[in-house]
Amino acid sequence: MGISLSKLTEKADIWPWLLLAPLGIYMLIFFIVPLADVAIMSFTEPKVSLANYQKVLTGALYQRVFLNTFLTAAFVTLCCLAVGYPLAYLMANSKATTAMLILLLVTMSFWTSFLVRTYSWMVLLGNNGPLIAFLQMIGVDQPPQLLFTRFSSTLAMVHILAPYMIMNIYSVMKKIDPALIRSAESLGAKGWSLFRHVYLPLTAPGIANGSVLVFVICLGFYVTPVLLGSPREQMIAGLIGHQIEEFLAFGLGSAMAMVLLVATLIILTIYHRRFGLDKLWG
Amino acid sequence: MTSYLELSNITKTYGHFTALENVSLSVDKGEFVTFLGPSGSGKTTTLMIIAGFEKATGGTVKVGGLSISELAPHQRNIGIVFQNYALFPHRSAVENVYFPLQMRGVSRAKGMKQAEDMLSLVGLKGFGHRHPKELSGGQQQRVALARALVFEPSLLLLDEPLGALDKNLREQMQIEIKRIQRSLGVTTIFVTHDQSEAMSMSDRIVVFERGRIEQAAAPLDIYHRPQTSFVASFIGESNLIPATICCAGNKTAKSLALGSVDYAGADNVLLDGQEVTLLIRPEHIKLSRNPVDGRRNAFMTVETIVNYGDNALVIGRAGDIPLRVRVLGADVVIIKEGEECCVSWTPDSVFVITK
Repeated sequence: MGISLSKLTEKADIWPWLLLAPLGIYMLIFFIVPLADVAIMSFTEPKVSLANYQKVLTGALYQRVFLNTFLTAAFVTLCCLAVGYPLAYLMANSKATTAMLILLLVTMSFWTSFLVRTYSWMVLLGNNGPLIAFLQMIGVDQPPQLLFTRFSSTLAMVHILAPYMIMNIYSVMKKIDPALIRSAESLGAKGWSLFRHVYLPLTAPGIANGSVLVFVICLGFYVTPVLLGSPREQMIAGLIGHQIEEFLAFGLGSAMAMVLLVATLIILTIYHRRFGLDKLWG
Repeated sequence: MTSYLELSNITKTYGHFTALENVSLSVDKGEFVTFLGPSGSGKTTTLMIIAGFEKATGGTVKVGGLSISELAPHQRNIGIVFQNYALFPHRSAVENVYFPLQMRGVSRAKGMKQAEDMLSLVGLKGFGHRHPKELSGGQQQRVALARALVFEPSLLLLDEPLGALDKNLREQMQIEIKRIQRSLGVTTIFVTHDQSEAMSMSDRIVVFERGRIEQAAAPLDIYHRPQTSFVASFIGESNLIPATICCAGNKTAKSLALGSVDYAGADNVLLDGQEVTLLIRPEHIKLSRNPVDGRRNAFMTVETIVNYGDNALVIGRAGDIPLRVRVLGADVVIIKEGEECCVSWTPDSVFVITK
């Protein structure tokens, strides 16, 4: 009896690793190894030195692009929150069918290909697009340039990232015990004070989760800012692509990628210390 | 004394379903009233209507002579303890208790002091800084109680607050709640489906069944003088024996199973030939080998004996009527399952129920 039991537990120890193996091997070959390669290149291309990092960390252009990237990510996060919080509230507090409908609309944009969504914005905001036509119709003689501006790239990024925010906040709102709200009401809370002292703190974990997720994804955004944004206000991923594709500066591009990676990891670490990373994914 | 809380003809319907029908009740200031009934009987709906979370289809709720039917929950100044306590997880115990004061514009310094004092009153001195998840079920209960009382509410409503606690803690909390309620003199409505809880805590018990009040009376009255068969069977153990009044002048009824049975009294005027139910509590029946002089005797075949140590429940049959008899643990040795024995009682222990 004792022997068979210990055999069983031995087997049980191996099982998780066995199940993990396919993904582990895949990640090793297609993620860890290339990433290590990038890390090595950042120190060795074109010759072994710290010159790439010196350039990335002290060069005015790179500093400006990094700052711009972080500010854009922060702004996009704020916009997602402003759009997502009321929508999540509506979803969490409406009838099941209405909630399903909103959920469907939110996730439908999620299922659509990334590129299709980005190109759709190009059509909508372009000089011959419906929005400009509308502005002309209501009497704006010289409509502003919409496409290839910070406005267009921000709008598209908010559109793409808002579902992450909405789903995170929605899942937290959905779990709030209605008795807590009732109890707050019975204790004299109403309207704004009820929201500020009870509802908002209770939904704060969802806000934190959604914000970190949106911010971190936004930091590394490539396609949307490149295709829709102003060339003068690049984000870091676009600049990396630029360096590698056009100047073949593999070392410099790699160094920028590593700085971005480290910055992202620092944010996630701070978040983990505060809230626990496991909560980020629901 | 005029009544403090006054429910008049409260009715609540959901579509075609009637949850409450003409519920009227007066509660005195400082009284501890328990709403008792099975689930779905309307007791919680009534509580929610008093609290303002449900709107009555008809009828009015008055507190201190003023109607509160049109007020929103936050305007009613009523303290509520919910079944799962509903403590705010993002606030410490003392901040939870401070919350209603904060909502009333009490300064933090003054409010936190008041909250600490209230926590001391419920026996949680020194626990104020802990968050709800760091407190045991009983402690959370006390915090919820302190929070519902700190703002001197006009009413305290308790919605099955002891349901989640284990037996020992529950008994301890029953005594605690009673002590705190007495010391503050707050008018209290306590909702439960646990009849022993209702018996031990209340000044008055209101028994609900199918959206109506079956009976509202002091615990011992409810126990000894139930007005309906439902109340008799819901509260305590009971033997309910169908019978016909054969001679109201002699206070005698006739039962198919027990023959003629004398009764001491009834709350209603009885007529000869009236169909009634006789209530004899199991602890009022005596078990013996032979008939006992001076008591009404009948024969019972013993089917099952359940021993509880200090007492035992003997279940048997007299004719086609099942009978339950409570005996002291020491007395049960005289009888064995399957045997026939004598059961006897005095007319005092027979109560006539007409409904």
